[in-house]
Amino acid sequence: MLHVLDLMASFWLGQLNLKALPPNPIQWFGASLIILVPIMAAVLLTVTKRWRWLYREWITTQDPKKIGVMYILVAFGMLLRGGADVALIKTQQALSVGASNGILSASHFQQIVTAHGTIMIFFVAMGLMFGIINLILPLQIGSRDVAFPFLNATSFWLFFFGMVLVNVSLVLGDFAATGWLAYPPLSELRYSPSVGVDYWIWSLQIAGVGSLLAAINFIVTILKMRVKGMNFMKMPMFVWSVLGSMLLVAFAFPILTATLTLLALDRTLGMHFFTSGAGGNMMMYVNLIWAWGHPEVYILILPAFGVFSEVVATFSKKRLFGYTSMVWAIGAIVLLSFIVWLHHFFTMGAGSDVNAFFGIMTMVIAIPTGVKLFNWLFTMYRGRIKLDSPMLWFIGFVVIFTIGGMAGVLMAVPPIDFQLHNSLFLVAHFHMMIVGGVVFADFAAITYWFPKIFGFKLNETLGRWAFWLWLVGFLTSFIPLYILGFMGATRRLDHYSASLGWQQLFIVSGIGAALIGAGVGVQLLQFAYSIYKRKDNLDKTGDPWDGRSLEWSLPSPVPFYNFARLPEVTSRDAFWEAKKIHFKDNRKYEDIEIPKNTPLAFLIALMAFLFAFSVVWHIWWVATMALLAIIVGLIIRSMDEQTDYVLAAQEVEKLDKSHLKGARA
Amino acid sequence: MLRTKRRWVVLLALLLVLMASVIYLSSVNIPVLEPKGIIADKEFRLLVTVVLIMSVVALPVFGLLAYIVWKYNEKNQIRKKYSPDWESNKYIEGTWWAIPTILIVILSIITWNATYALNPYNPIPSKNKTLVVQVVALDWKWLFIYPSLRVASINKLMMPVNTPVHFYLTADAPMNSFWIPQLSGQIYAMPGMQTQLYILANQSGEYNGWSANISGIGFAGMMFKADVVSASQFRAWASTTLLRAPALTIARYNNLIKPSTYVASAFYANPAPNIFNLTIDKYMMPNYHGAVQ
Repeated sequence: MLHVLDLMASFWLGQLNLKALPPNPIQWFGASLIILVPIMAAVLLTVTKRWRWLYREWITTQDPKKIGVMYILVAFGMLLRGGADVALIKTQQALSVGASNGILSASHFQQIVTAHGTIMIFFVAMGLMFGIINLILPLQIGSRDVAFPFLNATSFWLFFFGMVLVNVSLVLGDFAATGWLAYPPLSELRYSPSVGVDYWIWSLQIAGVGSLLAAINFIVTILKMRVKGMNFMKMPMFVWSVLGSMLLVAFAFPILTATLTLLALDRTLGMHFFTSGAGGNMMMYVNLIWAWGHPEVYILILPAFGVFSEVVATFSKKRLFGYTSMVWAIGAIVLLSFIVWLHHFFTMGAGSDVNAFFGIMTMVIAIPTGVKLFNWLFTMYRGRIKLDSPMLWFIGFVVIFTIGGMAGVLMAVPPIDFQLHNSLFLVAHFHMMIVGGVVFADFAAITYWFPKIFGFKLNETLGRWAFWLWLVGFLTSFIPLYILGFMGATRRLDHYSASLGWQQLFIVSGIGAALIGAGVGVQLLQFAYSIYKRKDNLDKTGDPWDGRSLEWSLPSPVPFYNFARLPEVTSRDAFWEAKKIHFKDNRKYEDIEIPKNTPLAFLIALMAFLFAFSVVWHIWWVATMALLAIIVGLIIRSMDEQTDYVLAAQEVEKLDKSHLKGARA
Repeated sequence: MLRTKRRWVVLLALLLVLMASVIYLSSVNIPVLEPKGIIADKEFRLLVTVVLIMSVVALPVFGLLAYIVWKYNEKNQIRKKYSPDWESNKYIEGTWWAIPTILIVILSIITWNATYALNPYNPIPSKNKTLVVQVVALDWKWLFIYPSLRVASINKLMMPVNTPVHFYLTADAPMNSFWIPQLSGQIYAMPGMQTQLYILANQSGEYNGWSANISGIGFAGMMFKADVVSASQFRAWASTTLLRAPALTIARYNNLIKPSTYVASAFYANPAPNIFNLTIDKYMMPNYHGAVQ
């Protein structure tokens, strides 16, 4: 009888059972937070009677501006989650010395390290980047929408549910304890028999497909939807950088998807692509994952470069210096980023020719990057620099990125890399590139474009406080890691012996992390306070910074149709030039097609989540049904021929005039 | 007035931090910067060279940044030019392309030569005969086998000073990376694969070694001591071990490969022949059913 019950349970629930619940108090605490957040959100929505609002305005929306806001909200939420991971990592590393074992078990520590890396790259850095692209890109090219609004919503919801899946692992089962790139054979069933690696695979798989779809969408948007007169060499630099980045996504993410699929086949269906036995080859995995992983770094950094190109020109009240050079630099980086992946494993025993080639190619990337740096400096030269907080983030970026970049060139020399590989020196290097480069740019972008989306500026004093806390905290946290790297400290250590003399530096680094935490706290306060005091900081002109590109020609907040009348562009810095001449605007209003709201994107992504979750736990009947549901959803969408509605010209005119009146008042 | 005062406070704080760092750094052991082996020493010199070359470009960037931000700040009252439409100058831009290019060409030549010169597979010439050591990364300890001396050890690497040591590495565990920072750079140890590394320690002493690649829950405990001793001490150690230590039979090896953490060092005599090759073979062959499990 029991046997039958067992069989039934394993049919209905796969491998899921009560043992999947968290085993210790710290994990219970994490799990209850993860459960509590959605419950609190649900209560709040019920009390304020906003379920319908949530459904109409957000879940079903096709508007890239709203999708952009949701990306950034999720990314900030995950920044807190990844930050909580940092708090645990730093506490453990400060305490777990000699006889003491700190607060975490080795396995739990390694799960946290893995989750930290995965979440910060895929759900914070990527989320902030896609959020900003969604918000700004259509506006900058004078478009009313992206090329495929439904695809765009699907991308976001796939990203969202990828994030949910990572966090579900806190409550049910565990997470990968393999490091964020899960090298086999450690990530194979033999050494990681629990569901952790499966959670990792499938959350990245969902989010990764979302990124690929988004990239295709933005490439087509940039190629086909630019406003009249905006040829390639008149595009704002941010648009160029997004084009470069999205091309990289389109070429690199299929590699990730394929690699993860092969690893999933190994783990789920007993195949042997990367196992250590039966003909599998783990070195193939290492190559493949970095063939995606290195372009990924440039996927993140290119839009960051784009943001700074906009910010520096605006706050220096001067044209961007060396536009053509900048475009060529982006092109060079796009090409080169695909022929450097081997520098992540010079220590795997490749011959001198191979190592030397990849080392030199890596250094060559420093050339276009250096050119960009000098061009920004020369954009400021003979300008009128206004040191608002976006500019502060830029200056912080230049300092940190130059230090981090030098560390990068150092590690590009294979024999030097033999001494620095996988050490905390490396950890310090890539944090300087991704935090100092990408995240600082995202913060600059959020401060800079916030009034455009919400109609009021963020509080500047708190913004400055946040910047200084971040900068000082960041340097305090990561300079010691460079030294620890020279001391031989490797990454992902949950324990070390006291005689090594590492503890003081780990503590200093922890203090730095706490300062960064304070910086994030001030940022949250800044959002709250700015919303509370929004009447004081209203942007009535739509052009609070004396901007240069088309988005500043629109009222703030931007109406849902973006442009009531489409502009025509004759030069770079289109809006800056337009402000110089007083032209009589006699363009006619016309009908605008707007995509209808639909819950299908959300539902398809929800089904993808169900599919992934049930594959993780081997609940095959749910997986099958979810897969079928996705296919049915796609068919339903394909049959729907009335996906748009028309906003009549008179209606547009009425709305536009009321916006203009609001601006004058 | 308040601003200048604040500036001084910040400057003073920075100076204090700098002084404290210098005092601290001069009092601690920094293995990568204090090489005791000829390979680590060459790698260290290369590191210093590259840092110096890079600072030729990096320091002016910092200077230029500070100068431009100060001078062209709109709050700065000094007379200065404002050219809002100046966006390109092919000579200046040419310079920006040229300077990093020249720098990278120089670095590339250095890199190319150094990569060949410091290939870990290069034998190290010496009047002393090269010693062969086979390294097997296990869950979670290091096994060192000295085939010519018929001894073996766990988590303790005995080496004669001024003698080239030729390591062959593999793993009977997930990927690991074998690293003794004061003696040389690291190399991966992977199951079913064999990598190589040459080391020559030119000073006696006890150095730390560990794995630099995450390999499971016992990863942090994969630390070992590399004990560099005189040739006579080394010979004495080998002969005592051969006489006194228990034999490393296949059965004992099969016991050793079972996962264990923070393992104390141990010595073995008469390692069963071919443990190293059998360990590689068992991952190379499908459906392997050999003596080594």
